[in-house]
Amino acid sequence: MAEAWVPLALTLKVAGWATLLNLLLGVGVGFLLARRRFPGRDLLDALLTLPMVMPPTVLGYYLLVLVGRRGPLGAWLQSTFGIQLIFTWQGAVIAATIVAFPLVFKSARAAFEAVDPQLEQAARVLGLQEWAVFLRVTLPLAWRGVMAGLLLAFARATGEFGATLMVAGSIPGRTQTLSVAVYEAVQAGQDHIANFLVLITSITCIAVLLIAGRLAPGHVAGRC
Amino acid sequence: MLPAGADMGAPPNWDIDVRRRFEYAGRRFDLQLRIASHARRLILFGPSGAGKSQTLKVIAGLTTADAGHVRLAGRTLWDHSARIDMPARDRRIGYVFQDYALFPHLTVAQNVGFGLLPGLRNPGRRATPPQVLRWLNAFGLSPLAHHYPEQLSGGQRQRTALARALVTEPHALLLDEPFAALDTLLRVRLRNELAEWLDRLAIPMMLITHDPADIDSLADEVVTLFDGRVSPAGGATAATI
Repeated sequence: MAEAWVPLALTLKVAGWATLLNLLLGVGVGFLLARRRFPGRDLLDALLTLPMVMPPTVLGYYLLVLVGRRGPLGAWLQSTFGIQLIFTWQGAVIAATIVAFPLVFKSARAAFEAVDPQLEQAARVLGLQEWAVFLRVTLPLAWRGVMAGLLLAFARATGEFGATLMVAGSIPGRTQTLSVAVYEAVQAGQDHIANFLVLITSITCIAVLLIAGRLAPGHVAGRC
Repeated sequence: MLPAGADMGAPPNWDIDVRRRFEYAGRRFDLQLRIASHARRLILFGPSGAGKSQTLKVIAGLTTADAGHVRLAGRTLWDHSARIDMPARDRRIGYVFQDYALFPHLTVAQNVGFGLLPGLRNPGRRATPPQVLRWLNAFGLSPLAHHYPEQLSGGQRQRTALARALVTEPHALLLDEPFAALDTLLRVRLRNELAEWLDRLAIPMMLITHDPADIDSLADEVVTLFDGRVSPAGGATAATI
């Protein structure tokens, strides 16, 4: 059973990084879409939601084309920094980040839109800089919605299969995450490993959903 | 009508000339307002949709107008042609919003102390600075210091909002229908309370209302707004309304 812990640790590492990146990206983009009016806002929202509705293999293919050895971004990263993303765990992080991103920015946007702009105005009149208004009023009031989105993103990143397999492959101990390991175990007829992997994946996802449900709007507003 | 002791040589308390066009959903609304007054307590009176709240927002710097200027007691807050536009945070204006806009995630004491700390962190829940204690005491809010806004009655919310605005020692006070959310009995009591405070503080105040009773106890001068303009009846005293 020892070999089962390796994909679990890797999965948690990949999902953790993907969630952290989504905290910055999702909160930033969610706030921008909630509070700024600009041309093409609806189109941008639709484009950023695409990863939620597109097959993960299609996303994986896009990523391969973009950051692969001959892709424009991939070639540049290789020649400038010597970085290669394909078949690395960092590649898996990028795949998981993109797949989970809509869940974060959608809930962040909804949470920011639910904050009464008058409260931000009150903070301005009381002498606060824009950054202080965001950190002291907007973010604390939107925090629960943002957290719920992040937890869903973590769960989604944990279960990510298609795009990860295309971009990072299935190298045991290096890029083989839980969901990929399950697939490999079933293919190889190693039922006891598959059972165990499925069990810990299920427990992780149920725990995350329970916590996300507690944070979701409808419960008493957050306090700090 | 001038408040006792008003100095005609001093700059007017209110020198406001604002033009602003609003357009939503194809409908157009022009705010075109000129107020020059030495009155310390000025009431903006008029039906809803006349542009009263927008006027306060322009004065506070929460809305930008298209042309004109805003000067309070000789201090230029905004002047379109001179390209002066002081940000709202620097205007030192106390603002009491119509539904009070108390921060729901902060206690009464934290709400009142909010403007004393300009940094990136909210006031702590435990240590309450002495100025805050003084204002909580003055408004009878001390027993509620650690309550959250949702636990307060309408009158307590109004007092909290007023204390929050006054603790930073503003140069002027703007009140947007401060009694609208209260029942009649409470309204009378809080109106008298506010009148007493304003006498003690001696800062210029502009108050929005569509309740003529507010005029009797709170106005040195009344400006009537109708459809974005000062109506000819404006400048009338309470007696003529």
